[in-house]
Amino acid sequence: MKNKLLARMARLGGLSSALLLAGCELDVLDPKGPVGEGVKSLITTSVIAMLIVVVPTIILTLWFAWQYRQSNTSAEYLPKWSHSNKIEVVIWGVPSLIILFLAVITYQTCHSLDPYKPLEAEANTKPLHVQVVAQDWKWLFIYPEQGIAVVNQMAMPVNTPVDFDITSDSVMNSFFIPRLGSMIYAMAGMQTQLHLLASEPGDYMGESANYSGRGFSDMRFHALAMSNDEFNAWVEKVRGSSEQLDSQTYPKLAAPSEANPVEYFAHVEPGMFNTIVAKYNNGMVMDKSTGKMIQVQQSAMSDMNMKE
Amino acid sequence: MLGRLSLSAIPLDVPILVGTFIGVLIVGVAVLGLITYYGKWGYLWKEWFTTVDHKRLAVMYIVLALVALARGFADAIMMRTQLALAYAGNPGYLPPHHYDQIFSAHGTIMIFFLAMAFMTGLFNFIVPLQIGARDVAYPFLNNLSFWMTAVAFMLVNVSLFIGEFSQCGWLAYPPLSEMQFSPGVGVDYYIWAIQISGVGTLLTGVNFFVTIVKMRAPGMTWLKMPVFTWTAFCSSILIMATFPVLTVAVALLGLDRYFGMHFFTNDGGGNQMLYLNLIWAWGHPEVYILVLPAFGVFSEVVPAFSGKPLFGYKTMVYATCSIMVLSFLVWVHHFFTMGAGPDVNAFFGIATMIISIPTGVKLFNWLFTMYKGRIQYHACMYWAVGFMVVFTIGGMTGVMMAIPGSDFVLHNSLFLIAHFHNVIIGGVYFGYVCGMNFWAPKVLGFKMNEAWGIRAFWFWLVGFFFAFMPLYVLGFEGMTRRMNHYDNPAWHPWMLIAEVGAVLILFGVVCQLMQIFVSIRDCNKPENRDFTGDPWNGRTLEWSTSSPPPVYNYAIVPHVSSLDAYMHDKENGIDTRQAGAQYEAIHMPKNTAAGISAGAFALIFGFAAVWYIWWLAAIGLVGVIATIIARSANKDIDYYIPAEEVARIENEHTRKLMAQAAE
Repeated sequence: MKNKLLARMARLGGLSSALLLAGCELDVLDPKGPVGEGVKSLITTSVIAMLIVVVPTIILTLWFAWQYRQSNTSAEYLPKWSHSNKIEVVIWGVPSLIILFLAVITYQTCHSLDPYKPLEAEANTKPLHVQVVAQDWKWLFIYPEQGIAVVNQMAMPVNTPVDFDITSDSVMNSFFIPRLGSMIYAMAGMQTQLHLLASEPGDYMGESANYSGRGFSDMRFHALAMSNDEFNAWVEKVRGSSEQLDSQTYPKLAAPSEANPVEYFAHVEPGMFNTIVAKYNNGMVMDKSTGKMIQVQQSAMSDMNMKE
Repeated sequence: MLGRLSLSAIPLDVPILVGTFIGVLIVGVAVLGLITYYGKWGYLWKEWFTTVDHKRLAVMYIVLALVALARGFADAIMMRTQLALAYAGNPGYLPPHHYDQIFSAHGTIMIFFLAMAFMTGLFNFIVPLQIGARDVAYPFLNNLSFWMTAVAFMLVNVSLFIGEFSQCGWLAYPPLSEMQFSPGVGVDYYIWAIQISGVGTLLTGVNFFVTIVKMRAPGMTWLKMPVFTWTAFCSSILIMATFPVLTVAVALLGLDRYFGMHFFTNDGGGNQMLYLNLIWAWGHPEVYILVLPAFGVFSEVVPAFSGKPLFGYKTMVYATCSIMVLSFLVWVHHFFTMGAGPDVNAFFGIATMIISIPTGVKLFNWLFTMYKGRIQYHACMYWAVGFMVVFTIGGMTGVMMAIPGSDFVLHNSLFLIAHFHNVIIGGVYFGYVCGMNFWAPKVLGFKMNEAWGIRAFWFWLVGFFFAFMPLYVLGFEGMTRRMNHYDNPAWHPWMLIAEVGAVLILFGVVCQLMQIFVSIRDCNKPENRDFTGDPWNGRTLEWSTSSPPPVYNYAIVPHVSSLDAYMHDKENGIDTRQAGAQYEAIHMPKNTAAGISAGAFALIFGFAAVWYIWWLAAIGLVGVIATIIARSANKDIDYYIPAEEVARIENEHTRKLMAQAAE
């Protein structure tokens, strides 16, 4: 009976690790940008450090469970033994050292991988600024410098840092492009920030990582990383659209919709993002550069207060 | 007159629910009919529903937990089947409206009504016996707690057939759970189920805290207290400290919904992150409320079946207490991704991983308890060894997610789902089932069937690996939780493997039901009967009395002079029972219908409040208050068991013991 226990457990252990290793398309562990690379190396380092304790613990468990079975009368039996200072030192000491090591890298990576920290760009590359609004159930991307807006698709030039400002015009969502790295919450009336960079061209899946209701599963977008020229062409394509996004057309877009197709807006009213944030804050919004609260124009506000 | 309630609330258009309703109706009528046919209503009422005996309440709690397991597991396998089907354009068989209710109900039921009820059942099973007490400190409150938990579970199940359940996940995050986004009755069912069961749980925490502080047998100092009692003690402290936070958080959400206030709304000065902080200030300690008693079970089971004392008893106690304190300091790790600063995240990340040190020490303590022992492979020991392997993996993935940098890609993914099922199934559930197998002969007087117990273990263990290892992979593939359908072909094979795992676990659940059935069927076979009260050569006091124990537990309150008191007495030839001593009349609490009455009124109140039937809600609320006042004014709540009766019961047990010894 114990024979079976050990054999089956060993088989299971082997099987599960094989399953883990055989994964074909591990987006998070096959990143296409420096943030994702940083996270990947953090995960790898921490797992290796922990395996120092985890593997011996599992092996010892199975070994002791087998070795000291009742039928093995040749094994030593110490019915009174229940204390050893040496063992106590080891079982407190080794895990403590590993956690100390992990604590140090945790502190370091909290700073180095802080989503609010701007990424270093190559010389004469200007970061791209993108404002993201989570809506029921789609993503609106506003490019304030280009003056355009897009739904459920975003483009960026490769090797260019992208500065995201993120909010929600509905419930909480989480903005996540697995291939590029970190995610961050999108919350109404609040602005969060995320800095990502794509180092390879590609069409990366973007999604909401926080359940937001009925249409959540289709709240997907394509994150397109492309060359500079292709990006400029993409901007021109968006500008060729006949749609405009302003305080008159916005409520129609913000109304709940499921599996929304990609939509292009050739022109977006300046300050749209701030207005969306401010309508939950009595017209106030925090200015990112100064950290001060500023008042948003009331006229824009009154048109957009359609949800209350 | 009926508030929001109308015939349209009955989901006649959902065939799954209609089928379930018919099934429940048939089984329900059959059970009620059989009870009536055999004339057992009086017996059930007198011996069970109104009982204040902790051992009977324990059995009722565990029955409740198993019913909750059936419901929660049905939800689980429906979700897995949906995700095995719903890819590449196929919508599956559960539309979002139904699917979202299922995952919300699954989490709510598994935590509040399976795990909490099972845990309270084990507390009731053993804590009073283990500390040499005759009952808990507040026997009536114990009965009231049970009924509050039971009616809250009924309320959740009523939502299946009248209206709908919450579609906001098991923690009902606002603003999604606010009136603006969830105008239906689902969240209100959730709110009242949580509030009513919360009363029960808080009273349980108070009850066991006072019981352990005040009612230990003479001589049982803190460091002579069995480890299971220690874990129940720490768990009770956590309940007292955190369940009020849950009650307040959910009450504020209720104020938003019922009175249009703005605690957590998007506008009007509300802030959703306030709710997240409050709910997780309860939610994280809750994890330790559940897992500490499971650790306690293993700390009793591993020594008993290894034939050795627990390795490092004091270390185990210190580790338990430090986990209790640390569990309050880590709640932010559930939302690193809200955008707090790097120093805040680093603090909560490091605090979280520090918990893994005392937890790891506990694992090593069980390991070195087996070391140089003589391990008997009873079914309990299978669950214990399986736990040690599974939980170690879960601990590691937990520390991975505790590092904020890593959590920024793993948060809310299926990796998270795999992690917490890894620790909650591998730790909490394995532990409770292990405890049930271990203590069943004590409470019921007969052993549970071995063969079916071991089969259940293998199905659960293998099923667990199949069901959840693929979820770790899917997390790395970027799949988030709570999806209803997907189009990524790379995810589909893993979902199919997970479905196989869910089916294997189904076999595990069936084996457990078979185990219970076979055990009850064969309970009178001599090899299953426990005549001695000590079937496993136990170490702690509960094994010194008869199985099942008499209603008063101990005729003579035992005197404790060392750790593992009963083993100490056995080794030194001391009769813990002091058989043949001069017995005295024993003071006991009387059964009471107040608990079930308050529970019934609470159910009426909860249902009426969900549907805005205010006159009925008033009746329910007044009923609860009136019941409690009437109970408080009642002076006829106790009685004495005469000394002769005690002597008769005890002498009979002594005779049995001598007959057993003579064989």
